[in-house]
Amino acid sequence: MEALDGNAIAGQLFEYFGNEMTTAFGTCAHCGTRAPIAELVVYARAPGAVVRCRHCGNVVMVLVPVRGELRVYSSAFRMEQGSGANGPSGQHRDEKTE
Amino acid sequence: MSPISRGFTGRRRSAADPSRVPPGQHITGDFPVLSAGPTPHTPLQEWTFTIGGTVDEPVSWTWEEFMALPAETVTVDIHCVTKWSKLGTTWKGVAVDTLLDAVQTDAEYLTAWSDGGYTTNLPLDDVTDRKAWVAYEYGGEPLEPEHGGPARLLVPHLYFWKSAKWVRGLTLTPTDEPGFWETYGYHNHGDPWLEQRYQGD
Amino acid sequence: MARAAISGRLIWRLGRVVELVDETPRCKSLVLELPDWRGHRAGQHVDVRLTAEDGYQAERSYSIASAPEDEHVVLTVERLEDGEVSPYLTEVLRPGDELELRGPIGGYFVWESSQGGPLLMIAGGSGVVPFRAMLRHWAASRRAVRARLLYSSRTLEDTIYRKELERVAEEGADVQLTLTRQWPADWRGHRGRVDRDLLAEVAWPPQQRPLVYICGPTAFVEAVAEALVDAGHEPGRIKTERFGPTGA
Repeated sequence: MEALDGNAIAGQLFEYFGNEMTTAFGTCAHCGTRAPIAELVVYARAPGAVVRCRHCGNVVMVLVPVRGELRVYSSAFRMEQGSGANGPSGQHRDEKTE
Repeated sequence: MSPISRGFTGRRRSAADPSRVPPGQHITGDFPVLSAGPTPHTPLQEWTFTIGGTVDEPVSWTWEEFMALPAETVTVDIHCVTKWSKLGTTWKGVAVDTLLDAVQTDAEYLTAWSDGGYTTNLPLDDVTDRKAWVAYEYGGEPLEPEHGGPARLLVPHLYFWKSAKWVRGLTLTPTDEPGFWETYGYHNHGDPWLEQRYQGD
Repeated sequence: MARAAISGRLIWRLGRVVELVDETPRCKSLVLELPDWRGHRAGQHVDVRLTAEDGYQAERSYSIASAPEDEHVVLTVERLEDGEVSPYLTEVLRPGDELELRGPIGGYFVWESSQGGPLLMIAGGSGVVPFRAMLRHWAASRRAVRARLLYSSRTLEDTIYRKELERVAEEGADVQLTLTRQWPADWRGHRGRVDRDLLAEVAWPPQQRPLVYICGPTAFVEAVAEALVDAGHEPGRIKTERFGPTGA
């Protein structure tokens, strides 16, 4: 069972947060690793989706469709203000070169 | 509701016997693999099964000792909360009754815990009297890692998230402690015949 | 304005199949008419949802194969052996049928010409689909940066968009194929899996600071990303998109 990444839950997160979220940065509450949601490890074949920190493997987010309505538990992923669609999106973290 | 996609039926097969299919379920011919995390690979020399918590004395078996316990083969129907059911699945394992005979307890609940950190909770009443096993064979073959091998809990009368894969022990508890999915909105009990999928159902 | 008020929502909408194009024996492109589509960025995807008569639903994500400049939205679907959705999309769907989808989705795995380059795309199998969108966008935006695609595929027969990739190569993109299972006797492209040696040969040196995009099965993406980081490429300039069995 291969894991995917945060791109696999992009649609669900957009539905829940009302914004593009794959570029949203956050910090793992367990180990402090900072990453954009796109780079988290996603187990999308579960009774829901389980999202883990790529560094320590602990669960940082769980998505559960309860009676057809999506719930997102994300307290273990401390999201930064101003990232995601509110901040630079689509850009690499460095400036362009040519 | 969404418009119908002309000609789409999905992978499902119609039920052989509707009385064996709980509400909202459909029969599947394959055996879907669902996982909350990476597949653990504990070597058998390191594997142990432990009953602990509210017991007079915890007890632990190595793999060899576990294989020496009386085991039985059962054929049961299984039901996943994601709506697939699989009828007539055959497993070999040790009845949880047999394991609980090794401890003294007045606890009424347990938490099953697994390699990788998964947990699920059950009242003792739901795992005694031949209602649950720790299974290590499926379909006559050693249980594959992706399906929970070397051993998983098997509690067929409840939704299959209660049948914890990669189970390593049972912690007996005086109170009911919600496990992984139970904490994230799934039903505390999980009876498919009452369609207890989510909290509040 | 009413439009601005709903622009934050991602709604399910109906598209109509205009045409189906055989790309390879296993892959088909779906050319879609999507009313009120407000455009997309190369690299984004859509979620497709199928509904059976009894209400049963299945949902999958597919990368958009068309560029923002193209007339229609195109998806390319690989039919997977045990698939539930891909056999329907490649064998049952007909021109005129409706398809429910939502999108465009994604903000991380996108490339716009304004981001600059050089642009390095590394594809494993059907991971090449979003790169078709990027290359078409690159061509439409006057090819201002250097663009290179390294595409790993099992056989020549399984290689998607061959003719189109030849054309974009003529326009100045550097397209390199590697075949992993079988190749013709006179094959002049690469042979074997994408490994450190091939990457050392094909990737620009880290000092060039390419914008790197890697797409394909998880194991492929992780091996390639790790190799590039080990070779000195900045992790912050590498973007990854993993496909998996959920794409069935």
